[in-house]
Amino acid sequence: MEQPISLKENFFKGIIKENPVFVLLLGCCPTLGVTSSAVNGLGMGAATAFVLVMSNLAIALVKNVIPDKVRIPAFIVIIAAFVTVVQLLMAAYTPALNEQLGLFIPLIVVNCIVLGRAEAFASRNTAVASMIDGLGMGVGFTFALLLLGTIRELLGNLSFFGYKLVEADGILIFVLAPGAFITLGFIIATMKWLKERESKRTH
Amino acid sequence: MAAAKSSFLNLVITLTIVTLVASLSLGYVYEWTKEPIAEAQMAKQLKAIESVVSGYDNNPVLESYRLPTPDGRDSLEFFPAKKKGELIGVAVKTKSSKGYSGDIWLMVGFNVNGDIQNIFVIEHKETPGLGSKMTTPKFLQQFMGRNPATMKLTVKKDGGDVDAITGATITTRAFSGAVQTAHETFKKSTVNGAAN
Amino acid sequence: MEYLIIIISTIFINNIVLAKFLGICPFLGVSKNTSTAVGMGAAVVFVMTLSTIMTYLVQHYILLPLGIAYMQTVTYILVIAFLVQVVEIILKKVSPDLYQALGVYLPLITTNCTILGVAILVIQNNFNLLQSVVFAIGNSVGFTLAIALFSSIREQLDNADLPEYMQGIPAALITASILSMAFMGFAGLV
Repeated sequence: MEQPISLKENFFKGIIKENPVFVLLLGCCPTLGVTSSAVNGLGMGAATAFVLVMSNLAIALVKNVIPDKVRIPAFIVIIAAFVTVVQLLMAAYTPALNEQLGLFIPLIVVNCIVLGRAEAFASRNTAVASMIDGLGMGVGFTFALLLLGTIRELLGNLSFFGYKLVEADGILIFVLAPGAFITLGFIIATMKWLKERESKRTH
Repeated sequence: MAAAKSSFLNLVITLTIVTLVASLSLGYVYEWTKEPIAEAQMAKQLKAIESVVSGYDNNPVLESYRLPTPDGRDSLEFFPAKKKGELIGVAVKTKSSKGYSGDIWLMVGFNVNGDIQNIFVIEHKETPGLGSKMTTPKFLQQFMGRNPATMKLTVKKDGGDVDAITGATITTRAFSGAVQTAHETFKKSTVNGAAN
Repeated sequence: MEYLIIIISTIFINNIVLAKFLGICPFLGVSKNTSTAVGMGAAVVFVMTLSTIMTYLVQHYILLPLGIAYMQTVTYILVIAFLVQVVEIILKKVSPDLYQALGVYLPLITTNCTILGVAILVIQNNFNLLQSVVFAIGNSVGFTLAIALFSSIREQLDNADLPEYMQGIPAALITASILSMAFMGFAGLV
């Protein structure tokens, strides 16, 4: 299954075609939970991307010495270890962001994207390919969170990355829980609509 | 080879090794980040103290102590601000669990007479745009320079002196309650002469 | 009284799915019909209560005395994965009926973030053991309520005449938004 263009394609598939949030619908909890502002979305995305790349790399390296039966528990331990590294680093160097994201940082462990990529990709590919896959998925996830966070912050708070565009109150509901669901709903609907239009055009 | 690997002993050994390596490396990272984490926490406390009491020359965090609240169910952290060894004010870290979501942590600065110097919101998870307005100067101003002995720390709706944030009465109640607890604990400490 | 407040606040005001955004994956994935949703909910109530007790004990009798609180995430997820396995085995032996009802949902629970989330929240809130148990029960019942309500709406939604790009997930998310708005009405109840 060696393809010559695979590295580049491997990276970009995670961003658009197989975007973990918009297309695969994985990792929805942090997607909805932390995206009340663009900065939070970016921070969460970066933390998850780090764990994805590192755990994909580590798993690809040790996959041959781990017996099949304990594969999942071993993967979980490896992922949890990298999550703890992120937790400690964020507490030390970005304490404010760490507080904002709170519970969602340790919960990267149970983010289906991470274990999903470990199972589906890293456990049967080389270390380099797995890293690229993790990076692509991580960037795709970050992109999704950033988009959601930016839209919600713009509508809900009339600000962009904390910079107030208009001195007035926004449509508050967008930074609250219902706004998260409805924004993601409309983004996915838009993506489906675009795809539908495209497929009609090609036929 | 794959079949030989699946013996029970092998499974246990692999898992143990994976866990062991993970814990050892985490221990290393923990040692490495221990100091920066402690520093970040110290900086956060100092920043809160700085904004509620002023003119001190000691490190209030190093001299902090805890005092029980009057109802005895909790204890609050006191940070004494001193100038040339003389007490000029106290920053009291107080909290309320009665907010809209999660705990609200405040730092309340008193001078020696018990007047509120300033209040700093350390941490909260209130609704952005509603309860979060408790961090704005517009809301906090009404407490500055007031003494809770004469200012009734309940919302106007409940017969007190506090102007509630529009649409966030629950947050305002929780906020006022936390300040009240800080004041009562502070007052008790000075009556007993425990403040030093 | 204190326990009643915890129960009401976890089920209605700070509903774990609709206000705290935990357990969204099963909320969207296992809510196509009401009976599976209720089955999943029951399994969550069972596992969450047990795992919260276990992780509480691990935290206070192993991690804290040894000074290795930073191992929290690793040990908790292992405890939960182990517990789910044990529950599955015991249930199969002791109560085949219950196993039939809950069995298929058990493997899905390890990666249900409500379980790990509640285990960590209990520690962050400095609860004692009894408060933790009440908190776990409240949250898992809140999860069941949200997913059961949601699935009964989705069953009706299948009959609605929607444009193709709104069908499925987009419609479900917008419904969840309205449900979440309705739950905001509980604010200020306690």
